[in-house]
Amino acid sequence: MTDTVATAPRTGRPTTAALAGRLPEYLTIWVPLLLSAAHLVSFSLWTIWISFTPSTLIPVSGWVGLRHYTAVIASRNWNIAFDNLLLFGSTFVLLSLVTGLVLAILLDQRIRGENVLRSIFLYPLAVSFVVTGTVWSWLLNPGLGIQKLVHDLGWTSFRFDWLVDRDMAIWTIVVAAIWQSSGFAMALFLAGLRSVDADLIKAAQIDGAGPVRMYRRVILPTLWPITITVMVIQLQFAISTFDLVRALTNGGPGLATQLPALVVYDLMFQRGLLGRGAAAAVLMLLILLAVLLPYAAWRYLQRRRSAHA
Amino acid sequence: MLIYLVVSLVAAAWLVPLVVVVLNSLRSNEEIAQTSMIGWPQHWAFGNYLTAWSDFCVAQTCAGIRPYMLNSALVTIPATIFSTLLGAVAGYAVSLWRFRGDQWIYGIVTLGIFLPQQMRLLPWTFVLRDTGLMNTLTGLVLIHTIQGLSFTVLFCRNYYVAIPQELIRAARIDGAGFFRIFWRIILPLSPPILVVTVIWQFTHIWNEFLYGVTFTTGQQQPVTAALIALSAAVADIPHHGVQSAAVMIAALPTLLIYLIGGKYFVRGLTAGAVK
Repeated sequence: MTDTVATAPRTGRPTTAALAGRLPEYLTIWVPLLLSAAHLVSFSLWTIWISFTPSTLIPVSGWVGLRHYTAVIASRNWNIAFDNLLLFGSTFVLLSLVTGLVLAILLDQRIRGENVLRSIFLYPLAVSFVVTGTVWSWLLNPGLGIQKLVHDLGWTSFRFDWLVDRDMAIWTIVVAAIWQSSGFAMALFLAGLRSVDADLIKAAQIDGAGPVRMYRRVILPTLWPITITVMVIQLQFAISTFDLVRALTNGGPGLATQLPALVVYDLMFQRGLLGRGAAAAVLMLLILLAVLLPYAAWRYLQRRRSAHA
Repeated sequence: MLIYLVVSLVAAAWLVPLVVVVLNSLRSNEEIAQTSMIGWPQHWAFGNYLTAWSDFCVAQTCAGIRPYMLNSALVTIPATIFSTLLGAVAGYAVSLWRFRGDQWIYGIVTLGIFLPQQMRLLPWTFVLRDTGLMNTLTGLVLIHTIQGLSFTVLFCRNYYVAIPQELIRAARIDGAGFFRIFWRIILPLSPPILVVTVIWQFTHIWNEFLYGVTFTTGQQQPVTAALIALSAAVADIPHHGVQSAAVMIAALPTLLIYLIGGKYFVRGLTAGAVK
Protein backbone atom coordinates (compact mmCIF):
# COMPACT_ATOMS: atom_id res chain seq x y z
CA MET A 1 0.00 0.00 0.00
CA THR A 2 3.07 2.23 0.12
CA ASP A 3 2.94 2.96 -3.57
CA THR A 4 -0.40 4.76 -3.56
CA VAL A 5 -0.73 8.44 -4.26
CA ALA A 6 -0.92 10.60 -1.18
CA THR A 7 -3.68 13.17 -1.03
CA ALA A 8 -2.80 16.55 -2.48
CA PRO A 9 -0.03 18.23 -0.53
CA ARG A 10 -1.56 20.63 1.95
CA THR A 11 -0.06 24.07 1.65
CA GLY A 12 -1.74 26.05 4.34
CA ARG A 13 -5.46 26.10 5.06
CA PRO A 14 -7.75 25.20 2.15
CA THR A 15 -10.22 27.97 1.44
CA THR A 16 -13.92 27.43 1.92
CA ALA A 17 -14.40 27.81 -1.80
CA ALA A 18 -11.87 25.06 -2.48
CA LEU A 19 -13.63 22.80 -0.01
CA ALA A 20 -17.02 23.51 -1.53
CA GLY A 21 -15.56 22.75 -4.93
CA ARG A 22 -14.48 19.34 -3.74
CA LEU A 23 -17.81 18.61 -2.07
CA PRO A 24 -19.18 16.40 -4.89
CA GLU A 25 -16.01 14.36 -4.69
CA TYR A 26 -16.26 13.89 -0.92
CA LEU A 27 -19.92 13.00 -1.21
CA THR A 28 -19.33 10.33 -3.86
CA ILE A 29 -16.47 8.83 -1.89
CA TRP A 30 -18.09 8.86 1.50
CA VAL A 31 -21.82 8.36 1.05
CA PRO A 32 -21.74 4.81 -0.38
CA LEU A 33 -18.91 3.69 1.89
CA LEU A 34 -20.51 5.17 4.98
CA LEU A 35 -23.94 3.76 4.11
CA SER A 36 -22.46 0.31 3.71
CA ALA A 37 -20.27 0.43 6.82
CA ALA A 38 -22.95 2.11 8.94
CA HIS A 39 -25.61 -0.41 8.02
CA LEU A 40 -23.29 -3.31 8.83
CA VAL A 41 -22.31 -1.97 12.24
CA SER A 42 -25.66 -0.53 13.29
CA PHE A 43 -27.70 -3.49 12.03
CA SER A 44 -25.50 -5.93 13.92
CA LEU A 45 -25.75 -3.91 17.12
CA TRP A 46 -29.48 -3.48 16.57
CA THR A 47 -30.04 -7.24 16.28
CA ILE A 48 -27.83 -7.88 19.30
CA TRP A 49 -29.81 -5.29 21.27
CA ILE A 50 -33.14 -6.85 20.31
CA SER A 51 -31.86 -10.21 21.52
CA PHE A 52 -31.65 -8.75 25.05
CA THR A 53 -35.11 -7.15 25.05
CA PRO A 54 -38.48 -8.75 25.82
CA SER A 55 -39.62 -8.07 22.20
CA THR A 56 -42.19 -10.42 20.75
CA LEU A 57 -44.31 -9.22 17.83
CA ILE A 58 -42.92 -5.70 17.89
CA PRO A 59 -39.60 -4.45 19.25
CA VAL A 60 -39.86 -3.03 22.76
CA SER A 61 -37.18 -1.72 25.08
CA GLY A 62 -36.35 -3.43 28.31
CA TRP A 63 -33.78 -5.91 29.47
CA VAL A 64 -34.18 -9.65 29.89
CA GLY A 65 -30.51 -10.54 30.04
CA LEU A 66 -29.66 -13.89 28.52
CA ARG A 67 -33.16 -15.29 28.82
CA HIS A 68 -33.71 -15.58 25.06
CA TYR A 69 -30.36 -17.27 24.64
CA THR A 70 -31.04 -19.88 27.29
CA ALA A 71 -34.52 -20.44 25.83
CA VAL A 72 -33.14 -20.97 22.32
CA ILE A 73 -30.33 -23.24 23.47
CA ALA A 74 -32.73 -25.29 25.57
CA SER A 75 -35.26 -25.67 22.73
CA ARG A 76 -35.55 -28.97 20.89
CA ASN A 77 -35.79 -27.10 17.61
CA TRP A 78 -32.40 -25.42 18.00
CA ASN A 79 -30.71 -28.55 19.34
CA ILE A 80 -31.80 -30.60 16.37
CA ALA A 81 -30.80 -27.77 14.04
CA PHE A 82 -27.37 -27.54 15.64
CA ASP A 83 -26.76 -31.31 15.49
CA ASN A 84 -27.89 -31.28 11.87
CA LEU A 85 -25.52 -28.42 11.12
CA LEU A 86 -22.60 -30.33 12.64
CA LEU A 87 -23.40 -33.42 10.60
CA PHE A 88 -24.25 -31.55 7.40
CA GLY A 89 -21.38 -29.08 7.73
CA SER A 90 -18.68 -31.65 8.36
CA THR A 91 -19.74 -34.24 5.78
CA PHE A 92 -20.61 -31.72 3.10
CA VAL A 93 -17.36 -29.79 3.48
CA LEU A 94 -15.22 -32.92 3.55
CA LEU A 95 -16.94 -34.59 0.60
CA SER A 96 -17.06 -31.46 -1.55
CA LEU A 97 -13.34 -30.89 -0.88
CA VAL A 98 -12.52 -34.45 -1.94
CA THR A 99 -14.81 -34.29 -4.98
CA GLY A 100 -13.40 -30.91 -5.99
CA LEU A 101 -9.81 -32.04 -5.58
CA VAL A 102 -10.32 -35.26 -7.54
CA LEU A 103 -12.05 -33.38 -10.36
CA ALA A 104 -9.29 -30.76 -10.40
CA ILE A 105 -6.56 -33.41 -10.59
CA LEU A 106 -8.41 -35.20 -13.40
CA LEU A 107 -8.88 -31.99 -15.36
CA ASP A 108 -5.26 -31.08 -14.79
CA GLN A 109 -4.08 -34.04 -16.92
CA ARG A 110 -4.18 -31.94 -20.10
CA ILE A 111 -7.31 -33.71 -21.26
CA ARG A 112 -9.37 -32.70 -24.25
CA GLY A 113 -12.56 -30.75 -23.69
CA GLU A 114 -11.36 -29.34 -20.41
CA ASN A 115 -13.32 -26.13 -20.89
CA VAL A 116 -16.58 -27.93 -21.54
CA LEU A 117 -16.08 -30.23 -18.55
CA ARG A 118 -15.21 -27.34 -16.28
CA SER A 119 -18.35 -25.51 -17.38
CA ILE A 120 -20.43 -28.58 -16.60
CA PHE A 121 -19.05 -28.92 -13.07
CA LEU A 122 -19.57 -25.22 -12.38
CA TYR A 123 -22.98 -24.55 -13.88
CA PRO A 124 -24.94 -25.36 -10.69
CA LEU A 125 -23.32 -22.32 -9.08
CA ALA A 126 -25.00 -20.04 -11.58
CA VAL A 127 -28.45 -21.29 -10.65
CA SER A 128 -30.55 -20.37 -7.64
CA PHE A 129 -30.72 -22.82 -4.73
CA VAL A 130 -34.48 -22.56 -4.99
CA VAL A 131 -34.30 -24.00 -8.49
CA THR A 132 -31.80 -26.73 -7.71
CA GLY A 133 -33.52 -27.60 -4.44
CA THR A 134 -36.82 -28.00 -6.26
CA VAL A 135 -35.29 -30.21 -8.92
CA TRP A 136 -33.55 -32.39 -6.35
CA SER A 137 -36.81 -32.70 -4.42
CA TRP A 138 -38.33 -34.26 -7.55
CA LEU A 139 -35.45 -36.62 -8.24
CA LEU A 140 -35.33 -37.81 -4.64
CA ASN A 141 -39.09 -37.99 -4.11
CA PRO A 142 -39.78 -41.76 -3.92
CA GLY A 143 -43.17 -41.39 -5.64
CA LEU A 144 -41.85 -39.25 -8.52
CA GLY A 145 -38.14 -39.61 -9.03
CA ILE A 146 -35.42 -42.21 -9.05
CA GLN A 147 -37.26 -44.80 -6.96
CA LYS A 148 -40.38 -44.53 -9.15
CA LEU A 149 -38.29 -44.90 -12.29
CA VAL A 150 -36.60 -48.06 -11.03
CA HIS A 151 -39.95 -49.47 -9.94
CA ASP A 152 -41.39 -48.79 -13.39
CA LEU A 153 -38.45 -50.63 -14.90
CA GLY A 154 -39.47 -53.71 -12.96
CA TRP A 155 -37.30 -53.75 -9.84
CA THR A 156 -40.17 -53.17 -7.43
CA SER A 157 -38.35 -53.87 -4.18
CA PHE A 158 -35.86 -51.06 -4.85
CA ARG A 159 -35.89 -48.42 -2.14
CA PHE A 160 -34.45 -44.93 -2.29
CA ASP A 161 -36.61 -42.86 0.01
CA TRP A 162 -34.14 -40.72 1.96
CA LEU A 163 -36.30 -37.66 1.38
CA VAL A 164 -39.10 -39.04 3.55
CA ASP A 165 -36.91 -41.02 5.93
CA ARG A 166 -36.25 -39.11 9.17
CA ASP A 167 -32.84 -40.69 9.64
CA MET A 168 -31.65 -40.23 6.07
CA ALA A 169 -33.28 -36.94 5.00
CA ILE A 170 -30.27 -34.84 6.02
CA TRP A 171 -28.20 -36.75 3.44
CA THR A 172 -30.39 -35.42 0.65
CA ILE A 173 -29.22 -31.93 1.65
CA VAL A 174 -25.63 -33.16 1.68
CA VAL A 175 -25.96 -34.66 -1.81
CA ALA A 176 -27.57 -31.55 -3.29
CA ALA A 177 -25.04 -29.25 -1.64
CA ILE A 178 -22.10 -31.32 -2.89
CA TRP A 179 -23.52 -31.34 -6.38
CA GLN A 180 -24.05 -27.59 -6.27
CA SER A 181 -20.72 -26.45 -4.89
CA SER A 182 -18.01 -29.03 -5.59
CA GLY A 183 -17.32 -27.12 -8.80
CA PHE A 184 -16.26 -24.16 -6.71
CA ALA A 185 -13.67 -26.26 -4.86
CA MET A 186 -12.57 -27.68 -8.22
CA ALA A 187 -12.05 -24.21 -9.72
CA LEU A 188 -9.89 -23.08 -6.82
CA PHE A 189 -7.89 -26.33 -6.68
CA LEU A 190 -7.35 -26.22 -10.42
CA ALA A 191 -5.99 -22.68 -10.14
CA GLY A 192 -3.72 -23.93 -7.35
CA LEU A 193 -2.48 -26.92 -9.34
CA ARG A 194 -1.71 -24.69 -12.31
CA SER A 195 0.37 -22.36 -10.18
CA VAL A 196 2.66 -25.03 -8.71
CA ASP A 197 6.25 -24.07 -9.40
CA ALA A 198 7.35 -25.78 -12.64
CA ASP A 199 10.92 -26.11 -11.36
CA LEU A 200 9.66 -28.05 -8.36
CA ILE A 201 7.94 -30.53 -10.66
CA LYS A 202 10.95 -30.80 -12.94
CA ALA A 203 13.26 -31.45 -9.99
CA ALA A 204 10.96 -34.21 -8.74
CA GLN A 205 10.84 -35.73 -12.23
CA ILE A 206 14.63 -35.80 -12.39
CA ASP A 207 14.59 -37.57 -9.04
CA GLY A 208 12.44 -40.21 -10.71
CA ALA A 209 9.16 -39.54 -8.92
CA GLY A 210 6.13 -41.26 -10.50
CA PRO A 211 2.81 -39.47 -10.87
CA VAL A 212 1.34 -40.75 -7.59
CA ARG A 213 4.44 -39.86 -5.61
CA MET A 214 4.57 -36.54 -7.40
CA TYR A 215 1.08 -35.63 -6.23
CA ARG A 216 1.50 -36.91 -2.72
CA ARG A 217 4.91 -35.49 -1.99
CA VAL A 218 5.30 -32.46 -4.22
CA ILE A 219 2.05 -31.04 -5.50
CA LEU A 220 -0.60 -31.65 -2.85
CA PRO A 221 1.42 -30.16 0.02
CA THR A 222 1.46 -26.84 -1.84
CA LEU A 223 -2.35 -26.86 -1.88
CA TRP A 224 -2.79 -26.51 1.87
CA PRO A 225 -3.56 -22.80 1.91
CA ILE A 226 -6.19 -23.22 -0.83
CA THR A 227 -7.69 -26.20 0.97
CA ILE A 228 -8.18 -24.17 4.12
CA THR A 229 -9.68 -21.25 2.20
CA VAL A 230 -12.12 -23.53 0.37
CA MET A 231 -13.01 -25.23 3.64
CA VAL A 232 -13.80 -21.96 5.38
CA ILE A 233 -15.93 -20.69 2.50
CA GLN A 234 -17.86 -23.96 2.31
CA LEU A 235 -18.38 -23.92 6.09
CA GLN A 236 -19.64 -20.37 5.86
CA PHE A 237 -22.09 -21.54 3.20
CA ALA A 238 -23.16 -24.51 5.33
CA ILE A 239 -23.82 -22.34 8.38
CA SER A 240 -26.08 -19.96 6.50
CA THR A 241 -27.84 -22.58 4.33
CA PHE A 242 -31.48 -21.61 3.99
CA ASP A 243 -32.81 -21.55 0.41
CA LEU A 244 -31.64 -25.05 -0.45
CA VAL A 245 -33.35 -26.66 2.54
CA ARG A 246 -36.44 -24.50 2.13
CA ALA A 247 -36.87 -25.76 -1.43
CA LEU A 248 -35.74 -29.35 -0.91
CA THR A 249 -37.25 -30.49 2.38
CA ASN A 250 -38.46 -27.37 4.19
CA GLY A 251 -36.82 -28.73 7.33
CA GLY A 252 -38.76 -31.98 7.28
CA PRO A 253 -39.83 -34.68 7.59
CA GLY A 254 -40.65 -33.46 11.09
CA LEU A 255 -37.53 -31.60 12.14
CA ALA A 256 -35.14 -34.02 10.42
CA THR A 257 -33.45 -31.39 8.24
CA GLN A 258 -33.90 -28.36 10.47
CA LEU A 259 -30.95 -25.93 10.33
CA PRO A 260 -30.18 -22.76 12.33
CA ALA A 261 -31.14 -20.37 9.52
CA LEU A 262 -34.58 -21.97 9.37
CA VAL A 263 -34.97 -21.69 13.15
CA VAL A 264 -34.17 -17.98 12.98
CA TYR A 265 -36.72 -17.39 10.23
CA ASP A 266 -39.34 -19.44 12.03
CA LEU A 267 -38.89 -17.57 15.33
CA MET A 268 -38.83 -14.12 13.75
CA PHE A 269 -41.51 -14.30 11.09
CA GLN A 270 -43.69 -17.30 11.80
CA ARG A 271 -43.95 -17.30 15.58
CA GLY A 272 -43.41 -13.56 16.02
CA LEU A 273 -40.79 -13.97 18.74
CA LEU A 274 -38.42 -11.20 17.68
CA GLY A 275 -36.22 -11.28 20.77
CA ARG A 276 -35.74 -15.02 20.60
CA GLY A 277 -35.22 -14.93 16.83
CA ALA A 278 -32.57 -12.24 17.24
CA ALA A 279 -30.84 -14.38 19.88
CA ALA A 280 -30.81 -17.32 17.46
CA ALA A 281 -29.34 -15.05 14.75
CA VAL A 282 -26.60 -13.92 17.13
CA LEU A 283 -25.89 -17.57 17.95
CA MET A 284 -25.51 -18.21 14.21
CA LEU A 285 -23.06 -15.34 14.04
CA LEU A 286 -21.11 -16.84 16.95
CA ILE A 287 -20.91 -20.21 15.17
CA LEU A 288 -19.63 -18.39 12.11
CA LEU A 289 -17.06 -16.48 14.15
CA ALA A 290 -15.84 -19.77 15.64
CA VAL A 291 -14.86 -20.65 12.06
CA LEU A 292 -13.78 -17.25 10.76
CA LEU A 293 -11.68 -15.94 13.67
CA PRO A 294 -9.16 -18.83 13.66
CA TYR A 295 -9.03 -18.47 9.88
CA ALA A 296 -8.35 -14.73 10.12
CA ALA A 297 -5.62 -15.37 12.69
CA TRP A 298 -4.07 -18.00 10.44
CA ARG A 299 -4.17 -15.66 7.44
CA TYR A 300 -2.56 -12.93 9.53
CA LEU A 301 0.28 -15.22 10.65
CA GLN A 302 0.82 -16.41 7.08
CA ARG A 303 1.02 -12.89 5.77
CA ARG A 304 3.51 -11.92 8.47
CA ARG A 305 5.63 -14.95 7.73
CA SER A 306 5.73 -14.22 4.01
CA ALA A 307 6.49 -10.56 4.75
CA HIS A 308 9.53 -11.63 6.79
CA ALA A 309 10.69 -14.22 4.31
CA MET B 1 -8.66 -43.48 -21.56
CA LEU B 2 -9.78 -44.36 -18.05
CA ILE B 3 -9.57 -40.68 -17.20
CA TYR B 4 -12.00 -39.78 -19.96
CA LEU B 5 -14.40 -42.50 -18.81
CA VAL B 6 -14.40 -41.31 -15.20
CA VAL B 7 -14.66 -37.62 -16.06
CA SER B 8 -17.45 -38.20 -18.56
CA LEU B 9 -19.43 -40.27 -16.07
CA VAL B 10 -19.16 -37.58 -13.41
CA ALA B 11 -20.03 -34.89 -15.94
CA ALA B 12 -23.07 -36.89 -17.02
CA ALA B 13 -24.17 -37.22 -13.40
CA TRP B 14 -23.72 -33.47 -12.97
CA LEU B 15 -25.99 -32.85 -15.95
CA VAL B 16 -28.79 -35.16 -14.79
CA PRO B 17 -30.81 -32.51 -12.89
CA LEU B 18 -30.65 -30.10 -15.84
CA VAL B 19 -31.57 -32.75 -18.40
CA VAL B 20 -34.43 -33.99 -16.23
CA VAL B 21 -35.98 -30.52 -15.92
CA VAL B 22 -35.55 -29.74 -19.60
CA LEU B 23 -37.21 -33.03 -20.59
CA ASN B 24 -40.00 -32.66 -18.04
CA SER B 25 -40.71 -29.15 -19.19
CA LEU B 26 -41.55 -30.73 -22.55
CA ARG B 27 -43.76 -33.53 -21.23
CA SER B 28 -47.45 -33.19 -20.42
CA ASN B 29 -48.57 -33.23 -16.80
CA GLU B 30 -50.54 -36.43 -17.43
CA GLU B 31 -47.57 -38.22 -18.96
CA ILE B 32 -45.42 -37.40 -15.92
CA ALA B 33 -48.18 -38.44 -13.53
CA GLN B 34 -48.46 -41.83 -15.25
CA THR B 35 -44.72 -42.57 -15.22
CA SER B 36 -42.09 -40.66 -13.26
CA MET B 37 -40.21 -37.38 -13.35
CA ILE B 38 -37.47 -39.09 -15.33
CA GLY B 39 -38.29 -39.97 -18.90
CA TRP B 40 -38.23 -39.07 -22.58
CA PRO B 41 -41.19 -37.02 -23.84
CA GLN B 42 -43.68 -39.14 -25.81
CA HIS B 43 -45.41 -36.05 -27.15
CA TRP B 44 -43.53 -32.80 -27.13
CA ALA B 45 -45.53 -30.46 -24.95
CA PHE B 46 -44.09 -27.09 -25.88
CA GLY B 47 -47.29 -25.53 -24.60
CA ASN B 48 -45.97 -25.98 -21.03
CA TYR B 49 -43.78 -22.93 -21.51
CA LEU B 50 -46.68 -20.78 -22.62
CA THR B 51 -48.82 -21.93 -19.71
CA ALA B 52 -46.02 -21.43 -17.21
CA TRP B 53 -45.25 -18.00 -18.61
CA SER B 54 -48.69 -16.45 -18.71
CA ASP B 55 -51.54 -18.69 -17.49
CA PHE B 56 -50.49 -20.78 -14.59
CA CYS B 57 -51.90 -20.02 -11.13
CA VAL B 58 -49.49 -19.03 -8.38
CA ALA B 59 -51.16 -18.23 -5.06
CA GLN B 60 -54.64 -17.37 -6.37
CA THR B 61 -53.43 -15.24 -9.29
CA CYS B 62 -53.43 -16.87 -12.69
CA ALA B 63 -50.96 -14.85 -14.72
CA GLY B 64 -48.14 -17.36 -14.90
CA ILE B 65 -44.67 -16.44 -13.70
CA ARG B 66 -44.36 -13.47 -16.05
CA PRO B 67 -45.16 -10.84 -13.36
CA TYR B 68 -42.60 -12.41 -11.02
CA MET B 69 -39.95 -12.53 -13.73
CA LEU B 70 -40.64 -8.87 -14.33
CA ASN B 71 -40.30 -8.16 -10.59
CA SER B 72 -36.97 -9.97 -10.49
CA ALA B 73 -35.75 -8.00 -13.50
CA LEU B 74 -36.93 -4.70 -12.01
CA VAL B 75 -35.01 -5.46 -8.81
CA THR B 76 -31.93 -7.11 -10.29
CA ILE B 77 -31.11 -4.70 -13.11
CA PRO B 78 -31.18 -1.40 -11.16
CA ALA B 79 -29.53 -2.92 -8.08
CA THR B 80 -26.77 -4.41 -10.25
CA ILE B 81 -26.13 -1.10 -12.01
CA PHE B 82 -26.18 1.01 -8.83
CA SER B 83 -24.02 -1.30 -6.74
CA THR B 84 -21.50 -1.73 -9.56
CA LEU B 85 -21.15 1.99 -10.30
CA LEU B 86 -20.95 3.00 -6.64
CA GLY B 87 -18.55 0.14 -5.98
CA ALA B 88 -16.30 1.19 -8.85
CA VAL B 89 -16.06 4.79 -7.63
CA ALA B 90 -15.55 3.73 -4.00
CA GLY B 91 -13.03 1.07 -5.02
CA TYR B 92 -11.14 3.68 -7.02
CA ALA B 93 -11.22 6.07 -4.06
CA VAL B 94 -9.83 3.57 -1.53
CA SER B 95 -7.19 2.13 -3.85
CA LEU B 96 -5.79 5.15 -5.68
CA TRP B 97 -7.07 8.22 -3.88
CA ARG B 98 -5.96 7.73 -0.34
CA PHE B 99 -7.88 9.67 2.28
CA ARG B 100 -8.05 9.64 6.02
CA GLY B 101 -9.69 6.51 7.43
CA ASP B 102 -9.85 4.78 4.06
CA GLN B 103 -8.39 1.47 5.18
CA TRP B 104 -10.67 1.34 8.21
CA ILE B 105 -13.84 1.95 6.31
CA TYR B 106 -12.76 -0.42 3.54
CA GLY B 107 -12.16 -3.13 6.16
CA ILE B 108 -15.61 -2.67 7.67
CA VAL B 109 -17.32 -2.65 4.27
CA THR B 110 -15.71 -5.96 3.26
CA LEU B 111 -16.82 -7.56 6.53
CA GLY B 112 -20.26 -7.43 4.96
CA ILE B 113 -19.23 -10.43 2.87
CA PHE B 114 -19.26 -12.53 6.02
CA LEU B 115 -22.12 -11.05 8.06
CA PRO B 116 -25.06 -13.50 7.85
CA GLN B 117 -28.28 -12.17 6.34
CA GLN B 118 -30.07 -13.26 9.50
CA MET B 119 -28.31 -10.50 11.45
CA ARG B 120 -29.84 -7.89 9.13
CA LEU B 121 -33.35 -9.24 8.71
CA LEU B 122 -35.02 -7.44 11.61
CA PRO B 123 -33.29 -4.05 11.09
CA TRP B 124 -34.20 -4.10 7.40
CA THR B 125 -37.77 -4.95 8.38
CA PHE B 126 -37.98 -1.86 10.57
CA VAL B 127 -36.20 0.39 8.09
CA LEU B 128 -38.45 -0.68 5.24
CA ARG B 129 -41.55 -0.30 7.39
CA ASP B 130 -40.60 3.19 8.54
CA THR B 131 -39.72 4.38 5.05
CA GLY B 132 -42.86 2.90 3.53
CA LEU B 133 -40.79 0.61 1.32
CA MET B 134 -42.07 -2.65 2.78
CA ASN B 135 -43.47 -4.92 0.07
CA THR B 136 -42.05 -2.77 -2.73
CA LEU B 137 -39.47 -3.52 -5.39
CA THR B 138 -37.74 -0.25 -4.49
CA GLY B 139 -37.09 -1.66 -1.03
CA LEU B 140 -35.38 -4.73 -2.49
CA VAL B 141 -33.33 -2.53 -4.85
CA LEU B 142 -32.19 -0.50 -1.85
CA ILE B 143 -31.21 -3.60 0.14
CA HIS B 144 -29.32 -5.23 -2.71
CA THR B 145 -27.55 -2.01 -3.66
CA ILE B 146 -26.25 -1.35 -0.15
CA GLN B 147 -25.39 -4.96 0.62
CA GLY B 148 -23.85 -5.52 -2.79
CA LEU B 149 -21.33 -2.76 -2.11
CA SER B 150 -19.34 -5.13 0.10
CA PHE B 151 -18.60 -7.26 -2.96
CA THR B 152 -18.35 -4.58 -5.62
CA VAL B 153 -15.96 -2.40 -3.61
CA LEU B 154 -13.77 -5.43 -2.91
CA PHE B 155 -13.67 -6.53 -6.56
CA CYS B 156 -12.92 -3.06 -7.92
CA ARG B 157 -10.46 -2.09 -5.23
CA ASN B 158 -8.40 -5.26 -5.77
CA TYR B 159 -8.36 -4.57 -9.49
CA TYR B 160 -7.47 -0.89 -9.28
CA VAL B 161 -4.65 -1.49 -6.80
CA ALA B 162 -2.68 -2.98 -9.69
CA ILE B 163 -2.91 0.18 -11.82
CA PRO B 164 0.46 1.95 -11.95
CA GLN B 165 0.55 5.00 -9.74
CA GLU B 166 2.55 7.01 -12.25
CA LEU B 167 -0.52 7.19 -14.44
CA ILE B 168 -2.54 8.88 -11.71
CA ARG B 169 0.35 11.06 -10.59
CA ALA B 170 0.93 12.37 -14.10
CA ALA B 171 -2.76 13.14 -14.52
CA ARG B 172 -2.81 15.05 -11.26
CA ILE B 173 0.18 17.12 -12.27
CA ASP B 174 -1.76 17.98 -15.40
CA GLY B 175 -4.50 19.26 -13.11
CA ALA B 176 -7.02 16.45 -13.46
CA GLY B 177 -9.32 15.99 -10.46
CA PHE B 178 -11.04 13.01 -8.86
CA PHE B 179 -13.83 12.61 -11.39
CA ARG B 180 -11.74 13.46 -14.46
CA ILE B 181 -9.18 10.80 -13.59
CA PHE B 182 -11.92 8.29 -12.95
CA TRP B 183 -13.66 9.10 -16.21
CA ARG B 184 -10.61 9.44 -18.46
CA ILE B 185 -8.13 6.95 -17.00
CA ILE B 186 -9.79 4.46 -14.64
CA LEU B 187 -13.03 3.74 -16.46
CA PRO B 188 -11.36 2.91 -19.81
CA LEU B 189 -9.20 0.38 -17.95
CA SER B 190 -12.17 -1.12 -16.13
CA PRO B 191 -14.23 -3.24 -18.56
CA PRO B 192 -12.84 -6.60 -17.36
CA ILE B 193 -13.58 -5.96 -13.70
CA LEU B 194 -16.92 -4.30 -14.45
CA VAL B 195 -18.01 -7.38 -16.39
CA VAL B 196 -16.97 -9.63 -13.49
CA THR B 197 -18.81 -7.41 -11.01
CA VAL B 198 -21.97 -7.08 -13.10
CA ILE B 199 -22.18 -10.85 -13.65
CA TRP B 200 -21.58 -11.54 -9.98
CA GLN B 201 -24.17 -9.04 -8.79
CA PHE B 202 -26.76 -10.01 -11.35
CA THR B 203 -26.44 -13.72 -10.56
CA HIS B 204 -26.59 -13.20 -6.82
CA ILE B 205 -29.47 -10.75 -6.79
CA TRP B 206 -31.50 -12.75 -9.29
CA ASN B 207 -31.01 -15.94 -7.28
CA GLU B 208 -31.60 -14.35 -3.88
CA PHE B 209 -34.53 -15.77 -1.96
CA LEU B 210 -34.54 -14.87 1.75
CA TYR B 211 -35.07 -11.11 1.40
CA GLY B 212 -37.54 -11.60 -1.40
CA VAL B 213 -39.72 -13.93 0.63
CA THR B 214 -39.40 -11.87 3.83
CA PHE B 215 -40.00 -8.37 2.53
CA THR B 216 -42.51 -8.93 -0.26
CA THR B 217 -45.77 -10.81 -0.60
CA GLY B 218 -48.16 -11.82 -3.36
CA GLN B 219 -47.76 -9.92 -6.61
CA GLN B 220 -44.60 -8.12 -5.48
CA GLN B 221 -42.47 -11.22 -5.03
CA PRO B 222 -39.38 -12.01 -7.09
CA VAL B 223 -39.40 -15.21 -9.09
CA THR B 224 -37.44 -17.30 -6.55
CA ALA B 225 -40.10 -16.68 -3.92
CA ALA B 226 -42.84 -17.32 -6.48
CA LEU B 227 -41.32 -20.70 -7.32
CA ILE B 228 -41.65 -21.77 -3.70
CA ALA B 229 -45.26 -20.57 -3.64
CA LEU B 230 -45.78 -22.51 -6.87
CA SER B 231 -44.36 -25.69 -5.32
CA ALA B 232 -46.80 -25.36 -2.46
CA ALA B 233 -49.69 -25.04 -4.92
CA VAL B 234 -48.47 -27.95 -7.03
CA ALA B 235 -48.32 -30.23 -3.99
CA ASP B 236 -52.14 -30.30 -4.08
CA ILE B 237 -52.66 -30.86 -7.81
CA PRO B 238 -49.57 -32.09 -9.64
CA HIS B 239 -48.61 -30.02 -12.69
CA HIS B 240 -45.04 -31.09 -12.95
CA GLY B 241 -44.68 -30.43 -16.65
CA VAL B 242 -45.74 -26.81 -16.33
CA GLN B 243 -43.81 -26.42 -13.10
CA SER B 244 -40.65 -27.68 -14.79
CA ALA B 245 -41.15 -25.12 -17.52
CA ALA B 246 -41.53 -22.41 -14.85
CA VAL B 247 -38.34 -23.57 -13.15
CA MET B 248 -36.49 -23.47 -16.48
CA ILE B 249 -37.74 -19.96 -17.25
CA ALA B 250 -36.66 -18.75 -13.80
CA ALA B 251 -33.21 -20.30 -14.18
CA LEU B 252 -32.68 -19.14 -17.75
CA PRO B 253 -31.36 -15.58 -17.24
CA THR B 254 -28.47 -16.61 -14.99
CA LEU B 255 -27.79 -19.78 -16.99
CA LEU B 256 -27.52 -17.73 -20.19
CA ILE B 257 -25.20 -15.24 -18.55
CA TYR B 258 -23.09 -18.14 -17.33
CA LEU B 259 -22.96 -19.67 -20.81
CA ILE B 260 -21.94 -16.37 -22.39
CA GLY B 261 -19.65 -14.99 -19.70
CA GLY B 262 -18.51 -18.13 -17.89
CA LYS B 263 -14.90 -17.00 -17.77
CA TYR B 264 -15.85 -13.81 -15.94
CA PHE B 265 -18.24 -15.66 -13.67
CA VAL B 266 -15.45 -17.98 -12.52
CA ARG B 267 -13.12 -15.02 -12.07
CA GLY B 268 -15.67 -13.48 -9.72
CA LEU B 269 -15.94 -16.72 -7.76
CA THR B 270 -12.21 -17.00 -7.25
CA ALA B 271 -11.77 -13.27 -6.63
CA GLY B 272 -14.37 -13.48 -3.89
CA ALA B 273 -12.52 -16.42 -2.40
CA VAL B 274 -8.98 -15.10 -2.38
CA LYS B 275 -9.49 -11.93 -0.44
